[in-house]
Amino acid sequence: MDEKKRNEAYNRYVKAKIPKTKAWPSLFNSFLVGGIICCIGQGVNDLIMLWFPSMAEQTAWAYTLIVLIFIASFLTGIGVYDKIGKFAGGGSIVPITGFSNSITSPALEFKHEGIIYGIFVKMFTIAGPVIVTGVVASFVVGLIYLFI
Amino acid sequence: MYYLWVFLIGGFVCMLGQMLIIYTNITSARILVTFVLIGVALQAFNVFAPISEFAKAGINVPIIGFGASLAKGAMAGAQSKGLIGAFTGGLEATAGGIAAAVIFAFIFALIFKSKTK
Repeated sequence: MDEKKRNEAYNRYVKAKIPKTKAWPSLFNSFLVGGIICCIGQGVNDLIMLWFPSMAEQTAWAYTLIVLIFIASFLTGIGVYDKIGKFAGGGSIVPITGFSNSITSPALEFKHEGIIYGIFVKMFTIAGPVIVTGVVASFVVGLIYLFI
Repeated sequence: MYYLWVFLIGGFVCMLGQMLIIYTNITSARILVTFVLIGVALQAFNVFAPISEFAKAGINVPIIGFGASLAKGAMAGAQSKGLIGAFTGGLEATAGGIAAAVIFAFIFALIFKSKTK
């Protein structure tokens, strides 16, 4: 069997073995969970504004995100967020809670490699690219804004 | 009643993420990067604020809001402080979120044991 044929056979084999996510239920689940997470965020924000009426709107949003990040990090620690993630897919990745999960999860997983090389280094495996993209893109926007 | 909008728009944004997963087999790091870029772009063209006006948490809680804050900070910094503001503005605006994520991740990584083996 020549190489090309072998590769084709292998690709067919891989395609057959990859677990198929059923499109419609998973879209519905991500919609549901994502919507609920956003509503929780709105609830937290409304409570903060209710308890501290003098707080600036931007500060209240910062606290809201910090609360959501705390909850997601804790749920990741006790292993609940992964279960939500299995059900919700994108619904648990796209909200800021997914960002928090993407930092806590590898930190926890690679804890056994030590504090510095495990927790500190692995913490940024997913968050690193996100922060780099955000910082570079926002700098470019700021720079353009400077000249127009 | 605005909770309905929060739910619908937040849910829709998350569903877009799920569509990316299904149809392109994209990884979660790429999804987060993509949505941050969307947020930066929305803010750069000044369309984030009007959306945020009625979508509230529906657009601020998805990581799009994080991207928009970065760009908003850099734009405000550039306007008030010049070049140095373009450097510092983005991280200044999002420092709370990044610091919180790092601090809680550190604490909970120390306290809990990994469940996935």
